[in-house]
Amino acid sequence: MLSVKNIIDVSDLSTTDVSLILENADSFSEVLSRDVKKVPALRGKTVLNMFFESSTRTRNSFELAAKRLSADTVNFSATASSLKKGESIIDTVRTLKSMIVDLAVIRHSDSGVMNLIAEKIDIPVINAGDGKHQHPTQALLDLYTIKKSFESLEGLKVAIVGDILNSRVARSNTALFRKMGMDVRLVSASMLLPENIDFFGADISSEIDEVIGTADVIYMLRMQLERQSRKYYPSLKEYRRFLGMDIKRFKSMKKNSILMHPGPVNRGIEISEHVMNIDGTQASRIKIDEQVRNGLAVRMSLLYLILAK
Amino acid sequence: MMKEKATVLSDADIKRVLKRISHEIIEKNKGCHNIVFLGIHKRGVPLAQRIAKNISDLEGEKIVSGKLDITFYRDDLAKRAKQRAEITEIPFDIDDRDIILVDDVLFTGRTIRSALNAIMDFGRPKTIQLVVLIDRGHRQLPIRADYVGKNIPTSLNEFIEVNLLETDGCDRVVILENKIQGNNVKC
Repeated sequence: MLSVKNIIDVSDLSTTDVSLILENADSFSEVLSRDVKKVPALRGKTVLNMFFESSTRTRNSFELAAKRLSADTVNFSATASSLKKGESIIDTVRTLKSMIVDLAVIRHSDSGVMNLIAEKIDIPVINAGDGKHQHPTQALLDLYTIKKSFESLEGLKVAIVGDILNSRVARSNTALFRKMGMDVRLVSASMLLPENIDFFGADISSEIDEVIGTADVIYMLRMQLERQSRKYYPSLKEYRRFLGMDIKRFKSMKKNSILMHPGPVNRGIEISEHVMNIDGTQASRIKIDEQVRNGLAVRMSLLYLILAK
Repeated sequence: MMKEKATVLSDADIKRVLKRISHEIIEKNKGCHNIVFLGIHKRGVPLAQRIAKNISDLEGEKIVSGKLDITFYRDDLAKRAKQRAEITEIPFDIDDRDIILVDDVLFTGRTIRSALNAIMDFGRPKTIQLVVLIDRGHRQLPIRADYVGKNIPTSLNEFIEVNLLETDGCDRVVILENKIQGNNVKC
């Protein structure tokens, strides 16, 4: 049993919770390797996917996870643009209550809105990303991917590289990785770091070259191009020069280290075409596709642990 | 706390019972060329491996044995403390094979029902035959075992504890009586 009802913030999870989620994910990985990739564990349950912000991989992953557990799914796409924020949240709650579902997966552009929603309804809520705040299932699937690549998590050196300011992935991953005993370093330029950087409790570097030879995990964040109209960074060329992963840097990475990215990758910005297209034994160190695969198993594990009771 | 009431099978008894069942399986299947073993987590797994080894020694053929976890197929999750699921390992094709399904105790039949559903998701076996070390009665579903180590009529407040070398450090089967103060049972 998990110690929490809702999955909103990774810091609410105990290390026992995290271990249970990852151990059951192993069982679901096995289910996903079968010819019939479906088990009846959540038959009769209904999962509501409520996305107020665009998403393809997270929404599809949750939907597929629910279906492979034999739960029914309802997709509720909403745009909050025409409503005032306060009204849209209350409407959300009302809709959720009247649909009589068993669990809600919610993505919203407002940081921290999940707690408000969870307070108003009595079904469990899973945060599928809220603004710049948290993306707990991404953190869990990333942790699972790392756990499968190394013997022990304790003391692993992780470098999270790129647009920390706009990234909920950076926030939830840093918190979860540190909770599990890993050593996290943020690699970014000052304009891509938030003001309250102490909150992360992580060391800071300004260039990827400072960590390339020592990190066990290099985690590239997606450059939030849609937010670049606000000129957080002078130019993409500059970004590539200090924070990008090119073939030369890839080859100078520590032996047995891995490269991760939450997707979708801006090819040629965070990671060069050359690195993305690499094949042979070196390709297995790039975990981007595996992260997506593991995401399904981890989300199945979460849905199962929350709902099968 | 549970009180130990009686030892029903000793380690030597378990050895004899498994040997007898091994012979019965060979006899009924006219050899062992088409059989595969599936043990239900957790104590069905070592039992399946032991019987498979017995048969392999007797017949001189290699017998494969897989592991089946039925957690995700249960219909009574609500009534159980949720435990960690184990990994299912069936590294062979089960289509048209004779599956020998093995569990330690047959009680309500619900575990076996779940196991049958799980197996059907992997293919279409020719037959499924059930081995249990102990049949304690109180069936809730129309399920019976093909090979039984020992029938032990029990009352509902009794509990059958199976200990195996591989999982618990010793081989024995004891009856425990519920709700009575006593020593914790240890190997």
